Amino acid sequence: MLWVTVEVVFAVVFLALLIGVPAAYTLARREFPGKRLLMLLFLLPLMVPPITYGIPLATVLYKLQLAGTINGVILANLIPAAPFVILVMTPFIEQIDPNLESAARVFGAGTGRMFWHILVPLLGPGILAASLLVLVRTIALFELTFLTAGPDSQTLVVALYYAVFAAGVRAPQSVDAMAMVYMGVTLVWLLIALRFVNPTQLVSRVKEHPQAAA
Amino acid sequence: MAVGATTRPQFDSTLLLVVPAAAFMVLLFIYPFVYGLVLSFEPKEGGALANYKFFFTTDNEWPTIWTTLKLALPATLINVGFALPIAYKMRVKSPYQRWVTTILVVPITLGTVLIAEGMLTYFGPKGWLSQFLQFFHLYDGPIRLTHNYWGVLISLVISGFPFAFLLILSYITGIDPVLARAASTLGAGPKSQFRHIYLPLLAPGLAMCFCLSFVQAFSVFPSAILLGSPAGPTRVISIAAYEAAFEQYDYSLASAIAMIMGFVQLVIVAAVLGLRNMFYRGPVTGGKG
Repeated sequence: MLWVTVEVVFAVVFLALLIGVPAAYTLARREFPGKRLLMLLFLLPLMVPPITYGIPLATVLYKLQLAGTINGVILANLIPAAPFVILVMTPFIEQIDPNLESAARVFGAGTGRMFWHILVPLLGPGILAASLLVLVRTIALFELTFLTAGPDSQTLVVALYYAVFAAGVRAPQSVDAMAMVYMGVTLVWLLIALRFVNPTQLVSRVKEHPQAAA
Repeated sequence: MAVGATTRPQFDSTLLLVVPAAAFMVLLFIYPFVYGLVLSFEPKEGGALANYKFFFTTDNEWPTIWTTLKLALPATLINVGFALPIAYKMRVKSPYQRWVTTILVVPITLGTVLIAEGMLTYFGPKGWLSQFLQFFHLYDGPIRLTHNYWGVLISLVISGFPFAFLLILSYITGIDPVLARAASTLGAGPKSQFRHIYLPLLAPGLAMCFCLSFVQAFSVFPSAILLGSPAGPTRVISIAAYEAAFEQYDYSLASAIAMIMGFVQLVIVAAVLGLRNMFYRGPVTGGKG
């Protein structure tokens, strides 16, 4: 169960960064028709509560025979995780001077090399913060995992739920121990992440640097 | 290759970077929604509307809407109502603000299950609170704060208040303090500054905050089971949907209930946003500075 949690969480963090950071870059730098619609597409999964879309999602995953497997749990957890990376990363990218990218392009770097040599090093703290926050949120996300997990793809929080739900099956000390492990794991990562981001960024985009672009 | 050497096509290849994320969201967020909607009209037996007819005519199904509203509306009002003055007090940036926001983030990230577990040991009949009260003879009667309506309401406040607070705080700090200073040079006290400067500018943010808090509270699920009495007074709509899907294996009915749940949320959100338009119209960043 602990191992499943680790596996799910790291897969989710990695995949969310992989598809989230490039998308955040485009949204931060470019204006294009349909951008507002796209923003809506990325904001909706964060606004709509997981249980509302979790049941139709679980139905689809069951039909694809992905539910009950670790892959299904990872896919389900990516739905709020990827937009969250976009939300957290966009202000970080906006802070970077676009002239640096232009300079790299003048010297002939393509988008891929520019990304790897200019943006990724500069975005280090942002990427670290985003991945820690996704990590914490994925550990804590109950509904989607609960709806899609099978007996051997449960994460810690779902196991905790079953332990509390079926009170008496496990000794209360064992439940408390589980809760402590869970809380300790979450809090450590959270406190590290909060060194890099403003807490209000967890729920919305902050416009704190109006002069930063100058 | 040098930039000048290629004739740049009109299409900007950077836009392709957004495609994987967008495709993923469409496949796993939009598609299941549409699939669920279609599925809800294909019941196991009966006509296209049989699921909805079943929901609205069965005695332990349709009242779940009221049960959920009775929990979600008070919880939202409490959360937004308390968050607004506290966030207003904390609008000036200080180390203090950083600490409070950090502490408030913790319940959001810990999640509802852990809050429920903690509340059971704290508020429960043999919990710390009742033992403390009885030890000092402050209140000797039995304290029933878990496994009923109040348990769920308290857990909704614990998990929802920080969310409302942080959201309102981010809106308030977005308002230029120069506006309030201008008002104070014209003789406006703190009260009328709040009433005439901050409140109108905050109206859209408050409406948004109310909507989001409400939607979160309306979809209460684990705490309604763990802290409430899921068979009776806190049988919320998400429990009904869950039971249909995973106890009766009727995905069609479950999808229909999920759609009803989404629809009620939509109605309340539309009502709040409509109400806000009636209250205050006009530019929110007028020439007050």
